[in-house]
Amino acid sequence: MSAAVLDLDLVPPLGEPRPHPVPEVATTTLPSGLSVVVVPRPGVPLVELRLRVPFAATSPRGALQHVARASVLSGAVLLGTAQRDAIGIAEALQGHGAELSVAADPDRLLVSTTLLAEGLAPVLGVLAEVLISAAYPGDQVEAERDRVAERIAIARSQPGVIARNALAARRYGTHPYAAQLPAPDLVGKVTAAALRKLHRERLLPAGSTLVLVGDLDAAAATDAVAAALGGWTGEGTAAGAPPAPTLAPGHLEVVDRPGAVQSNIRLGGPAPARTDPDLPAVRLASMVFGGYFSSRLVENIREKRGYSYSPRSAVDHLAAASSFLVEADVATEVTGAAFLETWAELGRMALAPVTEAELDAARRYVLGSMALSTATHAGLASTLSALAGSGLSAEWLAEHQRALAEVTVEQVQEASRRYLAPAALTAVVVGDAEKVTDALRALGPVDVTASAAAVPDPA
Amino acid sequence: MTAATGADLTLRHPVERFTLDNGLRVVLAPDRSVPVVAVTVFYDVGMRNEPEGRTGFAHLFEHVMFQGSAHVPKMEHARLVQAAGGTFNGSTHQDFTNYYEALPSEALERALFLEADRMAAPAITEENLRNQIDVVKEEIRVNVLNRPYGAFPWLQLPQVAFESFANTHDGYGSFVDLESSTVEDATDFFSRYYAPGNAVLCIGGDLDVGETERLVRRWFGQVDAREVPPTPNTGEPSPTTVRRDVVEDRLAPAPAVALGWRVPDPVGDLDTYLGTVLLAELLSEGDASRLERRLVHDDRLAVAQSSYVGLFGDPFDVRDATLLTTQVHHPAAVGVDDVIAAVHDEIGRVATEGVSAEELARVQARTSAQLLRQADSVLGRTLAFAGAELVHGRAELAGELAARLAAVTPDAVQVAAKGLDPGTAAVLELRATGGAK
Repeated sequence: MSAAVLDLDLVPPLGEPRPHPVPEVATTTLPSGLSVVVVPRPGVPLVELRLRVPFAATSPRGALQHVARASVLSGAVLLGTAQRDAIGIAEALQGHGAELSVAADPDRLLVSTTLLAEGLAPVLGVLAEVLISAAYPGDQVEAERDRVAERIAIARSQPGVIARNALAARRYGTHPYAAQLPAPDLVGKVTAAALRKLHRERLLPAGSTLVLVGDLDAAAATDAVAAALGGWTGEGTAAGAPPAPTLAPGHLEVVDRPGAVQSNIRLGGPAPARTDPDLPAVRLASMVFGGYFSSRLVENIREKRGYSYSPRSAVDHLAAASSFLVEADVATEVTGAAFLETWAELGRMALAPVTEAELDAARRYVLGSMALSTATHAGLASTLSALAGSGLSAEWLAEHQRALAEVTVEQVQEASRRYLAPAALTAVVVGDAEKVTDALRALGPVDVTASAAAVPDPA
Repeated sequence: MTAATGADLTLRHPVERFTLDNGLRVVLAPDRSVPVVAVTVFYDVGMRNEPEGRTGFAHLFEHVMFQGSAHVPKMEHARLVQAAGGTFNGSTHQDFTNYYEALPSEALERALFLEADRMAAPAITEENLRNQIDVVKEEIRVNVLNRPYGAFPWLQLPQVAFESFANTHDGYGSFVDLESSTVEDATDFFSRYYAPGNAVLCIGGDLDVGETERLVRRWFGQVDAREVPPTPNTGEPSPTTVRRDVVEDRLAPAPAVALGWRVPDPVGDLDTYLGTVLLAELLSEGDASRLERRLVHDDRLAVAQSSYVGLFGDPFDVRDATLLTTQVHHPAAVGVDDVIAAVHDEIGRVATEGVSAEELARVQARTSAQLLRQADSVLGRTLAFAGAELVHGRAELAGELAARLAAVTPDAVQVAAKGLDPGTAAVLELRATGGAK
């Protein structure tokens, strides 16, 4: 069959867009300082709950220990309260379709669940119990700590995790963000007493945000939160991370993983924060480069050359640092060639303008995917919770959409020159050093480290 | 216990259906609450249809379907969807392959044009096929070869649990088979399995039924009818013995074990099967579940455990034969036979003592919430309707599942547990041999 030519007369034109319903957001601050965000939404008879507690390591000195303790606390906080054991907590939630999950990242603890709408008050009651009177029973904490250490060992054997850690260590130096995954030996030393102290000092309502989205009434839900969580108090305010440094990119680092059949290429550098007026242009530049299937990077190293299954780029926000990130997992034998193509596409972004068609496509995709991702209870709840982490409200969504609509080709090029230029990016490759280093050295200086270095050095 | 009653759990989305002259079955599930529409085509061909020597071909062909079509050049399928603000993907399952888009509703007709164009004539060329063989090999390296536990247990346990080629072979494919695939193979595969009469088109979300039917007839009515292959019988006689094997994983830092039991026919014996689906939830979902309590908290034998029905964890996307799988990651210091004995013991307790109505009601509440959550997304709902139409012949079943599960009795769960006989289990032990420290 001969190659098709796109006949635009044949492609059905797009109809008139229908406006997306704008969510009615009710925000209240309780006397304890907890911010409560409630959004009633039509749809299934469920409620999505997200409680975000800022929980960053606040200094480089204690960062590794804090990350280790936070990783154990995430599971151990559910091991019992003054009133119930772990099974009792789980059963009380399960009857309402709920199951609390607690996750720690470099910025926060996030407590999440879905629940049947009728169960809001009792589920909030169990949440309050956990926040106010988590018991941290010594024997069970030790067992949880051992399980966490085993799970971390498993996570650390994943090449993607090794690569993420190596890039963070390189980019953040001594800042707490460098410690993305705890060291198993530090996890092994966490005690129940340390967790009780951490809970008392850091798991605080002031500065935290509870988001509820779904089949509920805003006033009644807010009252239910105030009634259930009124007793959750504490001294001080939940704490975020200190400002992150921007370190010079330095040499390409190859993290040796002998025998690997694939190399994990990772590049990262600073990006504008959510409130920075440069952000819309950088997001669109990232899309054109590698942010979606219709991008230059995917066309080049996947659809033209077959080097990689899922090459991609993204703008990622932590509270104290935003990043432009590039990822590609490629066959060992094409590592140098794939790195070169990625590097060249970044250079092309920095030095030459994108086309109007590329910009318009990226813009429509970003706007469309924002609408899709907030069109479910769960998607909207997670989005609002993430915005709260940057001190922003739902209004940011509308403002950001307006700003995206106005970005010009020139602005994309300026943003690319500053943020996507290959010289501005820190680069890490996890792979078989013996097989990939020579080719990479042809492109610039390379430092090779043994894979054990993926474990953060407690400097 | 105040979980919602069964009647409240029935999704009230109306389902309209019609069939085109070329045999294409069409399901419309309108819901105009958000201006989003989802379009999906399910073809009745999956990994179990692959012939010997062509392992991985169903999945490879799925990739080829994104390479353009009669009126759509390479890369343009993605551009036309994404530049309309939409997302797309496809996935290959044991019994079907699906393609889907979620878009702002004003882009509905564009999605219909794209799906109809590749249903009529995908761009099967030597260049596209070679390129996608390379891409699929990288996908297999990412997901299987370059990571610990990559094939465990989904590619390895079926070899122990089943007998027939359809049920035992590697659905991702061997590199030898993938590399030797030809354009002629792809053309034959398309001709045989991608007939309109072998597919279900489902459109959900913000749509007008009358207008959408007109658009469907306009774009899909042009696709020529072809002969439809019979649905192969992939069922097998139930095993009567224990089968056991060991795999070594040089990248894994710690051991693991998987047990698989044959379960009732998901389609022919749905009511009994639903008891097994709830049993899996009762065994492993959350801290209150039987195996989490026993293996993780009480006996401290395991780091993590999970039980699920269906090869990919969706109990409603498969035909016979399928498994309930229990998967346990345990420390090296714990003997695998201790883990296996504890699993059998816990299931044995359900089989001999049954479960209380209270415990089952809690599990049903949680299961309902998870089904409703999936249905909250237009795309999730549309895929569920299409899958139910293709596998079960009734799209409506997807909307009724939460209520059907809520009606399952404690007796049915006990019967399901009796089916998980230690004497008929398939056991796969993963030994961690070296690799990461």
